[in-house]
Amino acid sequence: MLNIINRIRGIGILSEALPGSDTDEPRLRDIHERLHRVFGRALRIRHVDAGSCNGCELEIQALTNPYYNLEGMGIAFVASPRHADILLVTGPVSVNMEEALKRAYQAMPHPKWVVAVGDCGACGGIFGTGYASRGPVSSVVPVDASVQGCPPSPLSLLEGLLHVTRQPAQHGS
Amino acid sequence: MSLEPIALEGSRLAANVPAQHRVVDADQWTAAARQLHDAGARLLTLWGADDRDRDGVFRVFAAYLLPGRALVLELALAAGDPTYPSLEPWFPAASRLQRATRDLLGLGAGEGDTRPWLRHGGWPEDRFPLRRDVSAETHVPGVPGPYPFVRVNGDGVHEIPVGPIHAGTIEPGHFRFSVVGEKVLRLEERLGYTHKGVAKRFEALPLLEGHRLAARVCGDSAVAFSWAYCAALEAATGATVAPRATCLRALALERERIANHLGDLGALGNDAGLAFGLSQFSAIKERMLRLNQNVFGQRYLMDYIVPGGVRSDVGPRLVRPLLDEATDVERDVVALKAIYDEHAGLQDRFKGTGQLAPLTAKAMGALGLAGRASGIDLDLRVAMPWAPYGDLRPHGVLSMDGDVAARVQVRFDEVMESLRLNRLLLEQLPHGATSVSIPALGSRTTGLGLIEGWRGPVMVALEAEVPSVIRRCHVHDPSWQNWPLIEHAVTGNIVPDFPLINKSFNLAYSGHDG
Repeated sequence: MLNIINRIRGIGILSEALPGSDTDEPRLRDIHERLHRVFGRALRIRHVDAGSCNGCELEIQALTNPYYNLEGMGIAFVASPRHADILLVTGPVSVNMEEALKRAYQAMPHPKWVVAVGDCGACGGIFGTGYASRGPVSSVVPVDASVQGCPPSPLSLLEGLLHVTRQPAQHGS
Repeated sequence: MSLEPIALEGSRLAANVPAQHRVVDADQWTAAARQLHDAGARLLTLWGADDRDRDGVFRVFAAYLLPGRALVLELALAAGDPTYPSLEPWFPAASRLQRATRDLLGLGAGEGDTRPWLRHGGWPEDRFPLRRDVSAETHVPGVPGPYPFVRVNGDGVHEIPVGPIHAGTIEPGHFRFSVVGEKVLRLEERLGYTHKGVAKRFEALPLLEGHRLAARVCGDSAVAFSWAYCAALEAATGATVAPRATCLRALALERERIANHLGDLGALGNDAGLAFGLSQFSAIKERMLRLNQNVFGQRYLMDYIVPGGVRSDVGPRLVRPLLDEATDVERDVVALKAIYDEHAGLQDRFKGTGQLAPLTAKAMGALGLAGRASGIDLDLRVAMPWAPYGDLRPHGVLSMDGDVAARVQVRFDEVMESLRLNRLLLEQLPHGATSVSIPALGSRTTGLGLIEGWRGPVMVALEAEVPSVIRRCHVHDPSWQNWPLIEHAVTGNIVPDFPLINKSFNLAYSGHDG
């Protein structure tokens, strides 16, 4: 137990002393502040992998590491779409996930936003459309914003979240 | 049926590892399976091809792993009756591969489980999307029907359906638990939810762009898949990659292994109630990804490995930060391993949980990391080292325990070994070119790429034709073999331990679904 405490104390709080280039650090802080200003401590996200390669998932998971510290900003991932404000969707939507994605969207309370993540979510990416792929998320559920990248960096994801939630929910109340 | 033994040899197959190819008839297909099984060989993968436009037949291929070499058997099937003898009696892993081959090409394996696997009703049962006369673009809707799960009957037995959407930020799949109280009597998986039609998509891509799709078959194994694709392409075209490029590829592969293992070690602590582990390991992983950005221009190396070499060099100024990082990561991981090892609560959750006995692992054809945690001593970097692993001489890691603790242990040991390999690579980085051009294609040709990714062996079988197009590309992730292992490992455990057991395997959904 003592070695755990010692290690935590020795490392300190990473999310306050961000490493990386000079340009990254203030940018990240600024995003944190704006996210906090807009949402207070109450934004809930439900992520749905609708056919992704798992690349975007890794970067979404990174948002909760000590550097980006999303939960420290009061933004959390929830297990049920019924608890969510935002549906964060990755992947070209596979034909086999189409129904599940629609149901998750329908299960969300109003107002709600949908953010399509990654080049595939935004436009179908390298997979495009075909017998097993519907392509972009917007071909299956209404999308409020997309975050491009393959995969998008955690910083881009933070910016995307900020962008979408500063506009009124188009498919909401 | 009495079958004459056949020679388990063949002609040389262009590949990055010793590989052979042999055309067989249906009797030899079966005889070979029995002989290969008895000799302890493993079925790596099985796939089909529609060659009716070329010589009027379908083909089915089976790739086996023997000591020190791979063997690909090829069987032609009449267009009017495209069926072949099932390999399932000898190799249980064949079952799902055969079901997928039926869904995509309409090639039937006759006996065994005939339920669809990748086709969930999204396209019609009699429309086989991978056939060459079926358009890649057109979507023909099918009629989704119920999927008959195996029912467990008895007093107090009930089912818990989970998925396809899971509680966390993870990939989709369906798990059907049959339980009594908390105890799991049976788990049945249903996968294929992320099937995007990768194989069909390959056929629309130029030969020199296929590596980009390969990298996105399974995003956490982008280096392994893109290297396997490029290795197959380079073998098929006779291109020789410069030593500096092969070393940089190995550096990228080992970094991918370390980053994934670190992520898993943190998540495993978290799933056993130690959030401290997740914070610590995810911070180390994040630092590695940031260094990746500086060194390779990407946090995840989706497009670093390209046909003929690598996209960018690692200059002398970048070697020192990479070496320093290796020292830091090693120091941190040693400290955290001591904490994990001494944490009674954590070890209580790890030890004896999700046990996969070595005998079961062997019978099921377990591969890669999960196999090595259950006594299957196979690491392609050791067993059939391709450049530069012959010079690096990696040490294989092994455990006989087969529980969550063993899969944690194997990850710790492999991180240490990969850090050692990275140091060797950086200290002895050869001079020279980082990329060569790929010779133009003179005729139809095939190649095989086999890479030990962080989960296990990743394979690409490539058939190219003039003018530089992909005729057929089959990709294989070891998750095909290892998903059925979880059905065994979870039996008799309690439902709340499933996330921990599942994470200890951490298998690919997209890599499997294709």
